[in-house]
Amino acid sequence: MTTQEHAVEQVHRDDIRSKMGMWLFLFSELLLFGGLFFMYSVYRFMHQQDFSIASKEMNTFLGTLNTVILLTSSLTMALSIAAIQRGKKALSIFLQIVTILFGLAFMVNKVIEWSHEFAEGNFPGSASLANRPPGQILYFGLYYSMVGLHGLHVLVGMTVIGFMTVFTIRGKITQDNYVKLEAAGLYWHLVDIIWIFLFPLFYLIT
Amino acid sequence: MASETLTLHNNGHEVSYLDYQGKHKGLLGWLLSTDHKRIGILYMIGVLSFFAVGVTLGFLIRLELLTPQGTIVGPQAYNEFFTVHGIIMIFIVVIPVIPAVFGNFFLPIMLGAKDVAFPRINLLTWYLYIIGGVLILLSLVLPGGAADTGWTFYVPYSVRTGTNMIFTLTAVFIIGFSSILTGLNFLTTIHRMRAPGMDWFKMPLFAWSLYATSWIQVIVTPIVGITLLMVIVERVFHVGIFDPTLGGDPLLFQHMFWMYSHPAVYIIIVPAMGVISEIIPVFSQRTIFGYKFIAYSSLGIAVFGSLVWAHHMFATGMSDTAEFVFSLLTFLVAIPSAIKVFNWTATLYKGSIKLEAPMLYALAFIFLFSIGGLTGIIQGALNVDLYLTDTYFIVGHIHYVVFGGTGFGLFAALHYWLPKMFGRMYNKKVAKVAFWIVFIGFNVLYFPFFILGWMGMPRRSYHYLPQFQLYHVIATVGSWILVLGLLIMMVNLLVSLIKGKKITENNIWGGETLEWKVSTPPTVENFEEIPEVFDGPYEYKQNEYASMEEEVK
Amino acid sequence: MEEAKEHSKHAHGYGIYVLVWLALVTLTGLTAAVAGINFGKLSIVVAIIIAVIKSYLVLTEFMHLKTEQRTFKAFIFVALFFIIISLALLFSDYSFYVR
Repeated sequence: MTTQEHAVEQVHRDDIRSKMGMWLFLFSELLLFGGLFFMYSVYRFMHQQDFSIASKEMNTFLGTLNTVILLTSSLTMALSIAAIQRGKKALSIFLQIVTILFGLAFMVNKVIEWSHEFAEGNFPGSASLANRPPGQILYFGLYYSMVGLHGLHVLVGMTVIGFMTVFTIRGKITQDNYVKLEAAGLYWHLVDIIWIFLFPLFYLIT
Repeated sequence: MASETLTLHNNGHEVSYLDYQGKHKGLLGWLLSTDHKRIGILYMIGVLSFFAVGVTLGFLIRLELLTPQGTIVGPQAYNEFFTVHGIIMIFIVVIPVIPAVFGNFFLPIMLGAKDVAFPRINLLTWYLYIIGGVLILLSLVLPGGAADTGWTFYVPYSVRTGTNMIFTLTAVFIIGFSSILTGLNFLTTIHRMRAPGMDWFKMPLFAWSLYATSWIQVIVTPIVGITLLMVIVERVFHVGIFDPTLGGDPLLFQHMFWMYSHPAVYIIIVPAMGVISEIIPVFSQRTIFGYKFIAYSSLGIAVFGSLVWAHHMFATGMSDTAEFVFSLLTFLVAIPSAIKVFNWTATLYKGSIKLEAPMLYALAFIFLFSIGGLTGIIQGALNVDLYLTDTYFIVGHIHYVVFGGTGFGLFAALHYWLPKMFGRMYNKKVAKVAFWIVFIGFNVLYFPFFILGWMGMPRRSYHYLPQFQLYHVIATVGSWILVLGLLIMMVNLLVSLIKGKKITENNIWGGETLEWKVSTPPTVENFEEIPEVFDGPYEYKQNEYASMEEEVK
Repeated sequence: MEEAKEHSKHAHGYGIYVLVWLALVTLTGLTAAVAGINFGKLSIVVAIIIAVIKSYLVLTEFMHLKTEQRTFKAFIFVALFFIIISLALLFSDYSFYVR
């Protein structure tokens, strides 16, 4: 509040305004990934065989596990809002922490996957990747860019939910004023939706 | 908090936002202010400073082109000059200028609100903007040299050149983020904070134009953001995305780049059209002709303008289908722009026109934008475009649209609203003289570009054939006239802020929109109480009746 | 603005969330399972359809779009319209190009 120089006291709080701002922000996030999906679709169209071959090297089990983890974290996030709506502060805090832990589990899986890929020499700039056909270089280029950017969003989401947990503990998020938590939830669900698309596009190419 | 709010309320109603002393005094009171009016002024200082840098670079480019073989700098410096000139002018001057300066200042007042929807995010956008601008200036002075790819950053050159590309790309990314946040702020403000009674079709047309612009900003800016980010990633980590040696398709970069950068032309021009739609009815004292058509045409431009990007790529070897589709869509986008031009001229008809400085700039806008727009349509035709691609014709076109359009829109807005913002009037005579010098200098500078382009002079070329020299000399002389005019105009405006005649009346020009009903300069909270709106924004009833009576006689 | 007075006061049930989650996990299993079957060119279509259904569930239930204002729904259409049309236009080049 330090920069709030002249306090424009609104007659009443406008929750819809806050949510509208968040939704618009989500659209720009959606289009940020949208740009990458455009590139993906063009390159997949140009190199169908190579994409299929390269995707066989993905660990489908870990991918599926991560999908379930992220979906479950979305559930706990939604439940934490339902809990605060009913005034159950402790339950809401617990569910928020569980959400963060699921996010952490997702990231741990990612680290395992990436270190495996790196050990096999499938990292950008490596000689073994450079010797592959163009389509496979592009597949891995897009894989690292898209999944990496998504991972960054998971980290940001975890941080944001962490702040929300602190706010809830300090009583800034309450049964009557939980729009901040709702906005954080919207962000977390968007991260989930993006993964819902990334999963089949990188792990399940036949 | 409560007691503070109380005292603020008492002050807020009486004190001008310029004199207000809040929690922070002096400079900090500006740098940490979340008041949309102060942020507007901060943006104005930023934009006009960068504009001065851009003009200087443009001036040097013209000086360099005075002779066919090198005049003042070497070829590498020349490449850096035109690149940085383009980047500064496009990304940090004309894209933000009207929304960020005048949108910030006047949008909430026009809607009858006390501030924008998210004041603190608003301040954040200014800092992001300044960080981006400073990064670009740094790239100029740091070892390695500024970007030399042209403002379009085409791969593979932008992946391989040894210059400070990463600075420039990061800067554009950050400025894009600032632009997105401004857009979502305005959209939310327009949706949620209109005064009671102000329904969508009682909104001033400037607000409509900002609404359309903000949508383009929110939707397409992320695409260029991610594209430039991918170029950075490709440079730093050698990830295969666009570089053909790594299997990439450089044309995909062009698609992705123009998917933003063509709509960006409409981010640039639509707010200026909004300014013109405000000025024309005020200085003809007539209701705007076809209010709804102008409002909808802003949206029409936003929709169609987002779907025509590949007309920048007709000469690249795209598929014939794409060439046909994009050529067709390009012709379609001319329709909403033409609707505006016709409605403005129809508004002038039988109006009592006052040729004050803002009106002169507005009329010049219509004239120059028409030339710019029509030369654009010429290039929408496939066969003509193949001949004109990458010639001075396109450079002339872009300057007529962007400078003749948004530049003159900006000057019109400055002369129209600056007295309101600071409560002081500039010297009107000097302003008119400056207008004529700027107008003449502009045409002497840029019109020869069309002729040069038609003769085949390629753009971004350091050397040129001797037969082109005549027109280059004319253009360079034009640049001197233009810079002289700009100097006179800016000095006149700056002097007016300190020594200009004080104005106390609310309605300086006889406008009907809400900003003319608040005090001059506006108080901290804009309105003593939120006004209720009953009429449309341009209802000059008395005048209309008078002219009707005249007709009866 | 009349709407300004509304606060979002829809209490959302725990039960429906768990049901949606079950559906999402089932669909994930389904998409992984059918990936083993070779539908040829249709595989991608099947995968995308399932992903769209999943996103729809997340949007309407978890993100409360079902009970949200009409404006927000209109917003989504704006974003989707832009993505779909742009993709179509992009492929007006790539489907027919000879490079």
